[in-house]
Amino acid sequence: MIGNLPFVACMVLIALGMWTLLFKRNLVKLVIGVGLIESGVNLFLVALGYVREGVPPIYTYAPAGAPMVLPTPQALTLTSIVIGLATTALMLAFAVVIYRHKGTLDARKIRDLRG
Amino acid sequence: MSRWVSLAAFLVAAGFLIFGALALRPFGQPKRAEMDQYFTLYSQPEVAANNAVTAIVFDYRGYDTLGEATVLFTAVTGVALILRRWKP
Amino acid sequence: MTVVVRTVARVLFPVALAFGGYVIMHGHLTPGGGFQGGAVAASALALVLVAFSPARLKGKKGLFSALESLGGVAFVVLGFLGLGLTFFANVLAGAGGLFGQPVPAGPNPGELNTAGTLPLMNWAVGFKVLAGLGAVVLLFALFGGEDDR
Repeated sequence: MIGNLPFVACMVLIALGMWTLLFKRNLVKLVIGVGLIESGVNLFLVALGYVREGVPPIYTYAPAGAPMVLPTPQALTLTSIVIGLATTALMLAFAVVIYRHKGTLDARKIRDLRG
Repeated sequence: MSRWVSLAAFLVAAGFLIFGALALRPFGQPKRAEMDQYFTLYSQPEVAANNAVTAIVFDYRGYDTLGEATVLFTAVTGVALILRRWKP
Repeated sequence: MTVVVRTVARVLFPVALAFGGYVIMHGHLTPGGGFQGGAVAASALALVLVAFSPARLKGKKGLFSALESLGGVAFVVLGFLGLGLTFFANVLAGAGGLFGQPVPAGPNPGELNTAGTLPLMNWAVGFKVLAGLGAVVLLFALFGGEDDR
């Protein structure tokens, strides 16, 4: 149970991102919260594939006989990182456009969709 | 009022996350690893690559990488579309 | 920016670009690959944008667009190379020609001339990520600041 602390750290990161999304109003801070959740999920995926005493799954000068970490979560985390970067760039661009049109970044004052 | 509802929802969700992480299988002992063992064993004879992660990204799961490149291209196109010089 | 920042940027820009190229080139041997190396090279572009004025790179948007399209097309064409077997089949690996040297089993020092289409795909994706990230950073630096209406 105490050996699961890496998973708990990932979950704490995800919970911090959820806190940011729930209680902050600045749009840039909301983007930072989404980034925190992304980082937590990526870290969790990589931690799921760890093998005890494992070495990276690369044969260049690998120590002989050591077990290798599972490579598939690492490959899919690479995909996830790039997609997270793309969504972050899009969200920041939308924040810039909203600031130009409304003159504010406060999510409470942008109530055109309120109804 | 809505702040207290948000706080309660946050506490419940965070509790689920943290206790779920504590109840997972132990860290460092993945259970079903047949596919990954196949990749680490056969990335050298099949793909002739030393790096198993690159072998997966560009050979075994090339379709994933193609979709990822498409997502990146779409995001760059969207940013270029949104952030142009405005002429009101 | 000040003289110190500009001088350090002038020294560091080619070093960062060369390190990105190294990470892309050895993607099938060491940790790294196309995405990582492209991101490193794009960080060099971001350094130039921060240290100097972004107007200096304003005319380069067409170059970034062409480079990104080139990378994407090269990636898809390399995928179509294996169409006799399946899409994305690695036809060059072990065939003896370009990047076709077989690797010894187990831990080895690593030979650059291996892995078939993987290094070529690494270069394609590396150029694509470099151009994409550079275009995003350049667009934010040009149009994302004060209201320029």
